[in-house]
Amino acid sequence: MGNQRRFQVWRGDTHGGNLVDFDAEVNEGEVVLDVIHRLQATKAPDLAVRWNCKAGKCGSCSAEINGRPRLMCMTRMSMLPPQLPVTVTPLRTFPVIRDLVTDVAYNYQKAREVRSFMPPKGVQPGEYRMQQVDVERSQEFRKCIECFLCQNTCHVIRDHEENETNFSGPRFLMRIAELDMHPLDAADEEGVDRKRSAQDEHGLGFCNITKCCTEVCPEHIKITDNALIPMKERVADIRFDPLIRLFRRKRG
Amino acid sequence: MTEIERHDYDVVVIGAGGAGLRAAIEARELGKRTAVVCKSLFGKAHTVMAEGGIAASMGNVNSRDSWQVHFRDTMRGGKFLNSWRMAELHAKEAPQRVWELETYGALFDRTRDGKISQRNFGGHEYPRLAHVGDRTGLELIRTLQQKIVSLQQEDFAQHGDYEGNLKVFAECTITDLLKDADAVSGAFGYWRETGRFIRFDAPAVVLATGGIGKAFKVTSNSWEYTGDGHALALRCGAALINMEFVQFHPTGMVWPPSVKGILVTESVRGDGGVLRNSENKRFMFDYIPEVFSNQYATSEQEADGWYDDPDSNRRPPELLPRDEVARAINSEVKAGRGSPHGGVFLDVSTRLPAEVIKKRLPSMYHQFKELADVDITAGPMEVGPTCHYVMGGVEVDPDTAAASVRGLFAAGEVAGGMHGSNRLGGNSLSDLLVFGRRAGLGAATYVDSLGGFRPSVREADVEAAAQRAISPFRTGTDSVGAENPYLLQQDLQQTMNDLVGIIRRAGEMELALKKLDELRRRVQHVVVEGHRQFNPGWHLALDLRNMLAVSECVARAALERTESRGGHTRDDYPMMDPEWRHALLICTQHTNGPEGSVRVERKEQVPMRADLVELFELDELKKYFTAGEIPGGTD
Repeated sequence: MGNQRRFQVWRGDTHGGNLVDFDAEVNEGEVVLDVIHRLQATKAPDLAVRWNCKAGKCGSCSAEINGRPRLMCMTRMSMLPPQLPVTVTPLRTFPVIRDLVTDVAYNYQKAREVRSFMPPKGVQPGEYRMQQVDVERSQEFRKCIECFLCQNTCHVIRDHEENETNFSGPRFLMRIAELDMHPLDAADEEGVDRKRSAQDEHGLGFCNITKCCTEVCPEHIKITDNALIPMKERVADIRFDPLIRLFRRKRG
Repeated sequence: MTEIERHDYDVVVIGAGGAGLRAAIEARELGKRTAVVCKSLFGKAHTVMAEGGIAASMGNVNSRDSWQVHFRDTMRGGKFLNSWRMAELHAKEAPQRVWELETYGALFDRTRDGKISQRNFGGHEYPRLAHVGDRTGLELIRTLQQKIVSLQQEDFAQHGDYEGNLKVFAECTITDLLKDADAVSGAFGYWRETGRFIRFDAPAVVLATGGIGKAFKVTSNSWEYTGDGHALALRCGAALINMEFVQFHPTGMVWPPSVKGILVTESVRGDGGVLRNSENKRFMFDYIPEVFSNQYATSEQEADGWYDDPDSNRRPPELLPRDEVARAINSEVKAGRGSPHGGVFLDVSTRLPAEVIKKRLPSMYHQFKELADVDITAGPMEVGPTCHYVMGGVEVDPDTAAASVRGLFAAGEVAGGMHGSNRLGGNSLSDLLVFGRRAGLGAATYVDSLGGFRPSVREADVEAAAQRAISPFRTGTDSVGAENPYLLQQDLQQTMNDLVGIIRRAGEMELALKKLDELRRRVQHVVVEGHRQFNPGWHLALDLRNMLAVSECVARAALERTESRGGHTRDDYPMMDPEWRHALLICTQHTNGPEGSVRVERKEQVPMRADLVELFELDELKKYFTAGEIPGGTD
């Protein structure tokens, strides 16, 4: 019942590698990850690939399919051009470990540099009250499955490795926006200015809103429009608001 | 042999899902140097797949709810086989554990008055599940992950080291536990990335490895669910209980074939979805068992009335506990009234407006649209049972989560007892939090009790563990008899699916045991290609040993239990037998049999405390208990 398709899968490690051709059986309804699993079971038992849920919920099986950053488990074979071979390559922005597995440590390091949620003082567990409309903005960003496709596609780091030190990427700028919009986050009271930290420590200014991150997001989160642009606007408000500047001068 | 990377910790937690992370948070907050070791990247654990919500009787939507009602529902769901003490602790502590998540930054959906919203679910008398749309597991895992980060930031501020007191060892697999006489002294494993070995010297180990679903062909579980913690516990001398009880979730996807088994959340039914057969009949009305006859509606009108007026109507039978619904679907399909691809129809499109469906069930909408070309706001889904959860696990002390081996603790799906013969939806996430915390506390307390003493790791055990781990790379053996780990796994999954699945028979289970025996022999000849760096074939070869051990536990215990109850249905013993209610089946490893062979013994359940017995009507208890167990005799 299946038909044969040509696959070109990148195989290699830190020392280099190349595309390897495979002919694989493809059945109705299958996704790219199904075929990769079939290759593992029949032709390449040591083909390295990350995956977990196989339902677009965990964000483990990110790769570049025909050059586009995608989740392998959510890419139906039927949506790929039938006459061409299917190329599967590892995320380009991160260093390869082996085959389709890359070193994503950069993301975990940046995650750790975003100051955590600060619980409001004096509000006991069980006494948190928030309105649905107020939590919804942050909830959109909490849909993030950390597939790091946005990080991979963002040209600020994709093409300029040197920016990695000063730029945390869309995922973690969005995390800052999420905390900044959290109705009960007490950063202000703790003297932490999340917007300023986004600008000064996490490189918000590098982002020139090309929306590449939004385009590849498998959760369809409007990263640029709903997280990054509003945060940029508010950073601008702070910087250029004459009242605030006056206030700052007085305090300083 | 080359030097093996070594780390010393107070507490090592194996598994980074809800239970593992909550345990680690507790141990670290109690001042213990803690390691979390997990097979995947941090934040990818199977908890992420949980959809519906966290059960906790906060009473935000219906103020009649209380821990007593939650306790009753849990015991009923488990057909009274549950460890009543665990069910009690769980019902009492779940609300605190949910509220605590808000202090870590969680953002649940809200009620009109700004509290945490709660939704209906199978077997729960009142709306009880705290949720975030249908991605509650993601919220839970991310919240706990971010709490871990927050603790690491505290440590960094104090000592300049993020990982000094709490470190996550991601993509690292534990293959053996190490012991000093009768106490745990550490754990041995390998880094998936490099294939290099690693050992942890630690007096306390918390197992939080989840379940065993990958032993079955049609499953909602990911590759990680290979029963590692169950098998580690068995091999180091601990006991497993209730292994015959495997939950088949009633609603998994059935088409296309590549997604068969992927979960369709129970929230679809909780929010109004109904099950229909090929004759367009809401068949669940025909499957209300006697024990639940007082609580479920007998007409569509009454069932539909319940959503708006739960006080004067009984619940729709679509919201019976999972075991009942799964069996009913199985029967409908067998009777020839199934859907085109061998399931039944689950329809929410005629029950709720499209916008509401997209809002409440966004990831289901997404999943069906992208994987099956089905628009759930316009037509029904096709669904059928899928292996989802194992009720059985490590026998633990309810209060401390301690296993029978000193220094070993277990929490979450890998622990047994809490859910009895069947788990209610929503009780898993709360279980992870309640007993994750208790395991962290139990482990920390145990470490304190040792004073400065530390059990030691024997070099010979480390050497033996290393030898076992590299054995699939054997060379020079006869390549004619070489076995492929992927094919072995497929054979195992097919065996368990066909012979120890949702409906069981003695002859089939005996056959399964024979096949498992054969598979065990074949696994001795498994050979993997390539080298040790991120080699999935090798990883699977090592996991197979665990899957075989737990599969044997399931099959042996299932053969032994000659009744039907919860997640154990016998075609040859179709009735529930009160004489079996107070009996637990305990699996331990044979001390002098072949490696991995399992012994099953019967043990008496501890009788329920009197004040808890009083929470039930006598008439209800009579349906489950023997005459001798009913308080006040047989009147």
